[in-house]
Amino acid sequence: MRKALRPADAITLGMLAAVFFLTPHLYSNQSLLFTMMTFITLAQGFNLLYGFTGYLPFGYVGFFGAGAYGTSLLVLNAHLPAIAAVIGGGAAAVVAALILSPLLRLSGAYFAIANLAASQILYLIVANPALSSVTGGPYGLNIQKTFAPQSSYDAMLLVMLFTCAIAIFFCNSRFGLALRAMTQDYVSAQMAGINIVKLRLVVWLISAAVAGLAGGIYAWNISVFYPEAVFGLQISVFAIVFALFGGVGTVIGPILGAIALYTLYSVIGISLPQYFELIYGSLIVLLALFLPEGVLSLMTWRRIDVR
Amino acid sequence: MSAEPLLQLCSVSKSFNGLAAVNDVSFAMRRGEVVGLVGPNGSGKTTTINLISGITAVDSGRILLEGQSIERRRPFRRVQLGINRTFQVPKPFRDMTVAENIEVALEFSERDGADAECILTDLGLAAQRNKLARSLTVCQQKMLDLGRALATSPQLLLIDEIGAGLNPSELRDIADLLIRLSRRGTALVVVEHLLNFVNRITDHVIVLNAGVTLFEGTLQAASADSDVIAAFLGG
Repeated sequence: MRKALRPADAITLGMLAAVFFLTPHLYSNQSLLFTMMTFITLAQGFNLLYGFTGYLPFGYVGFFGAGAYGTSLLVLNAHLPAIAAVIGGGAAAVVAALILSPLLRLSGAYFAIANLAASQILYLIVANPALSSVTGGPYGLNIQKTFAPQSSYDAMLLVMLFTCAIAIFFCNSRFGLALRAMTQDYVSAQMAGINIVKLRLVVWLISAAVAGLAGGIYAWNISVFYPEAVFGLQISVFAIVFALFGGVGTVIGPILGAIALYTLYSVIGISLPQYFELIYGSLIVLLALFLPEGVLSLMTWRRIDVR
Repeated sequence: MSAEPLLQLCSVSKSFNGLAAVNDVSFAMRRGEVVGLVGPNGSGKTTTINLISGITAVDSGRILLEGQSIERRRPFRRVQLGINRTFQVPKPFRDMTVAENIEVALEFSERDGADAECILTDLGLAAQRNKLARSLTVCQQKMLDLGRALATSPQLLLIDEIGAGLNPSELRDIADLLIRLSRRGTALVVVEHLLNFVNRITDHVIVLNAGVTLFEGTLQAASADSDVIAAFLGG
């Protein structure tokens, strides 16, 4: 039968923890590492939904923003300590996901577009100058009083590992078996006794919660931000491309994708910023043409099980 | 065993865009009973099965399982109550192995009594257990569809055109298998075009035409009924 944690999964989690725990001692740019962890978390969180249910949340960033704002507003108005506020930010994203859950009735491109629109609505509401007294409007928020780069780094590390652990659970558990069945044939899944409405709602909420926690910790880490910084569509696009590059429906695909492409992004962004979009765009085209299932599919072709 | 019927349809109707696919259909079944549901194309046979299994919602009328009204229950609940089905075009989980296909249904139906090994052996799929469902022949996929249904140990099994496209020896095997199931107490609704096949399994048929029950009785009497002849041959 299924094992909760295979040795390969334990190694993945262990290495991920070791790398991001040790690297700050060798490499001084902790903020770059922090952002990389943010994107690993987002790519993995995106993968939880897209890789395991087939719903493509183009507006995934909406939950990230909801988390960032939820956290910051709790710090500013309820004067909660940062950790509690971050958890509140995750809850804010879950509430947003609950409100948006009727979107799950759509499928394919319709879902992706509706979700994109929803995230932009959230963005426009938050950034609305008329709400400046509540959300800071276009001027963003400032929670410098909680500024704690090391604690927020550690928190992001935990959330990243937690998210990857959920992906492992999705791969190996009875729950994951139901997800696979649902993705392959949702009518037959019901005929196997699976409550697909509940199942996809649970995954949707988990995926949103992860993005919300990441958004909250991100806000905590940078402590001063404009709406664009946490609702920018580029964040969604990065999470999606990173996950697809590595390979969705796997545990290590999104991790490798985010590490490889975020590193590339940073290198190009520093050395050849004028060519960034050209290089990135070409990469995405090549990926879609030749490796639509991500770089991990190179291993699947050699019959190595990467799930 | 109670005298109450296992399944009752009371004036069940369903229209699509104003066209009545099933119109005021009523019938009842006992445990272990086998009913052939026959009729020309578009007569509402598959829609009837979809209504019983919950894939399609009824417009009006009631469906009772052991006296309990189930017409508003979601499909997976009906599975857990003991209703299952096969599909005209088999719908296995294509990227899972044969054994996993059965395992999913065993895990989630929350019904006891089924055994994966017995099912695989009964269906002649034991040797294919580790193959992906997509690599099976159509006949094997139909068997797997049936296997998924059996893994939920149904009280009522709805069989939708399982005979289409199969050769005579495969048909004979399936007919034997269905007879064995009914002897074990599973009630069967068999939708079929091939009347010989129906004849092999049961004597009791319901003839539908344009969504209306035209005839209920023995197959022999049906073939002598003038309305039935008119419906099939176009009178």
